[in-house]
This record gives sequence, C-alpha cells and structure tokens, in this order.
Amino acid sequence: MKGKNRFRREYAGRAVVTAFGIFMIAVTFAIGIFLAYKGLGTFTTYKHSLMEFLFSAHWNPADDFQGGGAVGAAIFIVGSLSTCGLALLIVVPFSLASAIFLTEISPRFGAHFFQPAIEIFVGIPSVVYGWVGTSVLVPAIRKAFHLQVGYGVLAASLVLAVMIYPSITTVAADAIRSVPQGYREASYGMGSTRWQTIRRIVLPNAKSGILTGIILGLARAFGEALAVAMVIGQMKAFPRNIFSPTSNLTATIAADMGGAAEGGEYNTALWTIALLLFFISLLFIFLIHLVSGKVEHSNEK
Amino acid sequence: MKKIMSTVLAAVIAGSAFLAAGCGSNSSSASNGGSTADMNGMITGSGSSALLPLAQDAAKAFKAKYPNVSITLNAGGSGNGLKQVSDGSVAIGNSDVFAESKLSADKAKALVDHKVCTVTMAPVVNNDVGEKVKNLTKQQLISIFTAQTKNWKEVGGPDEPIVLITRPKTSGTRALFTKYALDGKQEASNATLETDNSGTLLQSIQENKGAIGYVALSYLIGGNKSKVTAVAIDGAEPTLENTYNGKYQVWGYEHMYTKGTAEGAVKAYINFISSDEYGKKMESLGYGVTSKMASSVVSKRDAEGKK
Repeated sequence: MKGKNRFRREYAGRAVVTAFGIFMIAVTFAIGIFLAYKGLGTFTTYKHSLMEFLFSAHWNPADDFQGGGAVGAAIFIVGSLSTCGLALLIVVPFSLASAIFLTEISPRFGAHFFQPAIEIFVGIPSVVYGWVGTSVLVPAIRKAFHLQVGYGVLAASLVLAVMIYPSITTVAADAIRSVPQGYREASYGMGSTRWQTIRRIVLPNAKSGILTGIILGLARAFGEALAVAMVIGQMKAFPRNIFSPTSNLTATIAADMGGAAEGGEYNTALWTIALLLFFISLLFIFLIHLVSGKVEHSNEK
Repeated sequence: MKKIMSTVLAAVIAGSAFLAAGCGSNSSSASNGGSTADMNGMITGSGSSALLPLAQDAAKAFKAKYPNVSITLNAGGSGNGLKQVSDGSVAIGNSDVFAESKLSADKAKALVDHKVCTVTMAPVVNNDVGEKVKNLTKQQLISIFTAQTKNWKEVGGPDEPIVLITRPKTSGTRALFTKYALDGKQEASNATLETDNSGTLLQSIQENKGAIGYVALSYLIGGNKSKVTAVAIDGAEPTLENTYNGKYQVWGYEHMYTKGTAEGAVKAYINFISSDEYGKKMESLGYGVTSKMASSVVSKRDAEGKK
C-alpha cells in the first residue's frame, strides 16, 4: 500500500510529463522529416540543383508529373529578406524606446497600462492585420506617394513591423528589467544622470536579451504568411524600390498550395520552399541559443 | 531563456495542431436509398472554389427536398479535390479542369466525370477604363496580358498605365483564360499582381485605376455588376447566351468527379444539380447549363478538351 502511494506520488507524474515531452520532441522531428521527404523531391525526382533553387529568379514549375519547369526561388527569398529587413529597421527603434520607457522611465505606468496594451497586440490574428492593411494601409500608400498601386514592400513591411513590435518589446523589456538594480545604483552613485545610466550601463548589459527579442521578431516576420500575402502584391519580380510589388516565400506557398497537383513538380517545389523556411527557423533558434548562451556564460564569470 | 523555450514550444504545439487538422477526417458516402424523400446518406465534396458557391446553393435546395441527407462541402482547390476523391477521402471532387491534367493517367481513369455546368470567364476592367474601352480584340488582349501594351491609350482608353491583376498559375480560372482568351500565351508573370481568390481580385480591380483582370461570370451577379466593367472579346460580350451559341469562347466545364459510378445520395445530388428544374437557378447564379450548349460548340470543345 505504502509502495503504491509512493509510486503514484513519484513516478506516475514523472511518467506523464516525460511521455508528453518525448511526444512533442517526436512531433518536431516528424515535421522536419516530413518536410525533407516532400521537399527534397525537387532535387531527387525532378533533378533541379540547389543552386538553381536558391539563386535563380526563374520560377515556372510545371503543374504535372513530367517536370521540366524552373524552380528558381530567388525572388521570394529576396522578397522575404527585404520585407523583414525593412520591418526590423522600422520597428526596432520603437520597440527599444518602448522597452526603455516602460521599464526605466515610467515603470508604474508601464506595468499597469503600457505592457497590457502591448500584449493586446499579440492576440490580434494576422488575418485582421492583413485586412486592415489592404483596406486602409494600401490605399493610403497609394494616395500619399501618388502611386498606381499601393501593394508592395513598404505595405508588407509596415504590417510586419506592427505584428512583431510586441514580441521584440516584451523580450527587450524583460532583458532590461533583469539588469541587477545594483548596477544602476552604482552608476547613480558615481554621479551619472538617468539617461547616462540607461545608455552606458543598462542597455549594454541587456544587449543579448534585446538581440534575442529582435531575432524572435525576425523569426515571426519570416514565417508570417497571410497578412503579408494580402498586401505584398504577389508579383513575381524583384522589388526595384520600396514601393514595388514583389512576392515572398510564405505568400507563394499560400497562393498555390490548393491548386497544384499533389506530387507534381509545382507542388514539390512548394514543399521545398516549406523546407527552406523550416531551416531558416532552425537557424534563428540556433542564433537565439548562441546569443543567450553567451549571457549565461558571462554571468558565471 | 524560459520565455524563449515556451515560445518555441508553443510554436511546435501550434504546428502539430495544424498538422492534425490538415489530416482531416476520412469519410465516404454510402447509401442505397431510392429517390424518395426519406432517402438518407452522407455526401462529402471538396475542390474548386469557383464551383463551391453553386454546389452549396444546390446542396441547400437538395436538402430541402431530402432532409435526411447530410452534405459537407469544402473548397481547397481543384488539385486537392481531385486528389481527395481519388484516394477516397471525399465522395465528390470538384474541379475546373479535366482530371487527366492533375492526376496520373491510371488514377484519372478510375474517376467518372460529371460535367455539371459551364463557367464563362470574362475580362474585367476598372470602371474608369470601362467607360471608354468596351471591346478588345484577342490580339490586344494578348498584348495587354503579356505586358507589351503598357498604356490604355494604345487601345483607345484613357492615358493610364495598365495594371495587370491576375490569379496564380495553378488557378483553374487562369488556366481557362490563358487557353481560350490568350491562345495559350503565358501572362507576363513579372508584371502581374496575383491574388489568391476571385473575390479579392474583383476588389483590387475596383480600387485600382487602370486595372484589368478576369473572373467567372458567377462573380459578376447582383451588386458586383456595377463595380467593374466586363469587356467584350472580338465583339462578343461575355454572357451566358453568347457562351451557349459559341460566339464567346472563353468558357470551360465545371466537373464533379466520383470514384467509380455515383450511387445513392451522391447520384441523386449530381442528378439534381444537372436537372432542368435547378437549371434556372443555376443561370441566375451566373453558371451555364451544360445541356443548353449548342451541339457544334460541345463537339468542338470535346475534341480538344483532354489535350
């Protein structure tokens, strides 16, 4: 009886937790293996080279089982990079400023109003961002810059910037909060002003946490499909400037996944794009570990 | 760190939930009821988003007659519909194109084609272009969609650059338009804005000056009629009458595929949608009745259809 109780207390819970944990790890691996199985077909079945996929701008896969089309995804890769890059340029100053404001400048207002307001941003579904983007932002860009169409890199970047703003801000604010109070007191004790303390002491010490936030935001921006697809214009051409329409990796999958014949060259090429996105997100996670690993290391010193 | 791990974990959970949802449920129809009101059974269908509104409307009318039959219909694209009917996940696969073009030959052979209606594709332009441009020759149309003609004044319109708004390469609407309106010439994909569905396309045409695109007539009924202008090709206006008599050639069949011969409720449903009784309703929704097609038009199309 006693043994049974002990078993229940000790091992049953552990077994459940372990089982769920292992299951999730298995799911992650299964997704990776599945994507590889589907996506590598472009190179094995349809005999395209990796160089063609990554660096050619000629995208015209055949929607059948014979193949013979072209699978150059460079336009979409450039589209993803340019929209995400511009989104970061736009949002990082805002995120940093907000994080500093709600932790250092006005912590009480920050904790009670600002932080909850930012968290509301996270809960808004991407289709809503996309919809507001097409119906408000796109016409506004068209009118403001006297363009013929408002769809394009700028619209996509602005939508993405709004979407990743809360992720970056929250993580950056956490990083700033975790800088030991003693550092600030020491700085004030030396006669520094508040701004000097923030700039010289707090920010440098929170650097890797802030960087982690930026990478997380970038990862989210890279994976976002729906909202971007609605405002980017989906033109299969390199963007000439920030107003020109282009397309990106996720929008291409979203646009054609329903119509392409299963197992055909087009369908397989889309899976290859999915595989590429999977690798990119692995890369981001790797970077985050690298950056946050450094923090733990330096704290140990 | 904890936060990051939980974010990563959340992403994985969301991913796996998505996969689980994507697998969907397998169901097939089984019924041997007669043509009486107490017929029961289950009809599942998926595929073409162009055919979906009609299939849904017909399902509503059909259920009013046979209340014990349950009907589940989904969009997802012609390719998906054909694949799902071929592997038995659904009873009816809706498609804009012949099964031969999306499935391997032996898989396509196992499917039975029901040409439930025809759908006519019309070039549409923004209204400020439509005031001046009512008709385009096929040559002009090809030149516009291959981005050789870049300004509306070259074809008698206002002095505005042409904005091409089209559908993705795998779209059934685009396949039909390319084949019959552009004589197979591929649109200039580096100069066109692609939209995921015809509803969005229509909205884009309406909002952007100088825009041209194409939609099925079923999108040009009711209030949508005045939002954009449908353009005639070589003098033939895109109407159902002109499709029936062969003057307007940009049309295609909408197919409902079943695996093997249709039986029971599925058969009754397909018969209902093809019936004369439902035909009037079908025309009011902008779809063409297959049986009204002139025989010369049909035989000509059938000869080239499966190419």
